Amino acid sequence: MQLDAEKLIDMLAEKIGTPVADTVIIGIHTGGAWVAARLSAKLGVAQVGTLAVTLHRDDFARRGLHPQKKATDIGFAVEGSHILLVDDVLQSGRTIRAALNELFDFGRPASVKLAVLIDRGGRELPILADYVAMTMPLEATQSLELTDENDVLRFEIREQ
Amino acid sequence: MLTTNPQLTADKKLRHLLTTEGLPKAIIENILDTADQFVSVGDRDVKKVPLLRGKSVFNLFFENSTRTRTTFEIAAKRLSADVINLNIGASSTNKGESLIDTIDNLAAMDADLFVVRHAQSGAAHLIAQHVNRVRPNIAVINAGDGRHAHPTQGLLDMYTIRHYKKSFHNLSVAIVGDILHSRVARSGIHALTTLGCPDVRVIGPKTLIPTECARMGVSVHHDMKRGIEGCDVVMMLRLQNERMEGPLLPSAQEFYKSYGLTAEKLARAKPDAIVMHPGPMNRGVEIESTIADGRQAVILPQVTFGIAVRMAVMSMVSGGTVDHAGGVA
Repeated sequence: MQLDAEKLIDMLAEKIGTPVADTVIIGIHTGGAWVAARLSAKLGVAQVGTLAVTLHRDDFARRGLHPQKKATDIGFAVEGSHILLVDDVLQSGRTIRAALNELFDFGRPASVKLAVLIDRGGRELPILADYVAMTMPLEATQSLELTDENDVLRFEIREQ
Repeated sequence: MLTTNPQLTADKKLRHLLTTEGLPKAIIENILDTADQFVSVGDRDVKKVPLLRGKSVFNLFFENSTRTRTTFEIAAKRLSADVINLNIGASSTNKGESLIDTIDNLAAMDADLFVVRHAQSGAAHLIAQHVNRVRPNIAVINAGDGRHAHPTQGLLDMYTIRHYKKSFHNLSVAIVGDILHSRVARSGIHALTTLGCPDVRVIGPKTLIPTECARMGVSVHHDMKRGIEGCDVVMMLRLQNERMEGPLLPSAQEFYKSYGLTAEKLARAKPDAIVMHPGPMNRGVEIESTIADGRQAVILPQVTFGIAVRMAVMSMVSGGTVDHAGGVA
């Protein structure tokens, strides 16, 4: 099954409304970074960064490193800034925990708010999003993946 | 000499790092890609990531090397490991303890990772085979064994070359100096040929070039001016006075005249050629001082990249007992 993610991004932008002055957007690799780029245009926020959570993942002892070329790239000061943290899907909450740790390695933000396109349930940590475009409870056996095809974002839902 | 290859697991993952010889291309590239992620950690407010939190890294230096030990120590600390430095040359072996007994004792202190430097070729290999039998959770990294290998130096050299030259496919690399005593040269040559570098040249006097060079797929030059012609990378080696047995060289001055990297000789390489040196440098013996400080030198970046490469290797041999695929949302 497929879902139009571009529409969800419009809905998310609407829910966020007008961000406070000096807001910066940081997207979590890979899907979150795509969403962040689009949100920055819609919300008129100029400063966008990306975050790789590899170095803070909690499954390193079991799975090892995930070799990848995606790196954290934040071209502005984290210290004292209002950060809108963006990801495509919220599930266990472990990625967000890792992202917060990664973020704080760069400084102490004034505030962090979390925006996600889909909250699919299945939380394992006490983490909630501030803005959610859509809530869609899925079974653990179902996969939900954001794909970029010719610059159009779609969600793919598959039975595993 | 070494028959088995205990540095890979049954499913071809990095288990120990002992030598670049026979190390698959995919693993070398994986190490370099992983190091990319670590290069920027040094620029952060918090220069630390938690991957090896709670792990104990033992630096076992049976042979002294302050610089190599320090870079491994920094790498381990940036990964949040606890580091224990042991200068074993100065302690237990002097009391007659065997290498394996020393290892067993340290393993009993719940070590997770041994970084081993030893004057004897094959020492790290022997330790790896031993821990594979008795302590399958401990990983071993070779930080230099005799004349045999210094794989993290070889890999950081590859990282440096890739950083400046992007690809190995059209490169000419010249390795200059005391090839005979150099584990750095050996580790570099194996990595370069595995990565597909088509033109590796070794340059040095006949007395300092081992006969096995031909077998390693490199060309041998004794005239440096000719050997360096048109190359993209010049890797200088240190003249290893402490490893010289007998009069292999007339004098340091004589060596400099023939094989020291001077502006005049470097002019024969490509104008954008980079100059590398594993350190410590003997200015005026292997390399002219103004070249060492010049715009083509990448000797200090090598040091910085070395930490990232060692972080990559340490985290790859430490994590992941299940698989390396998949993700968790």
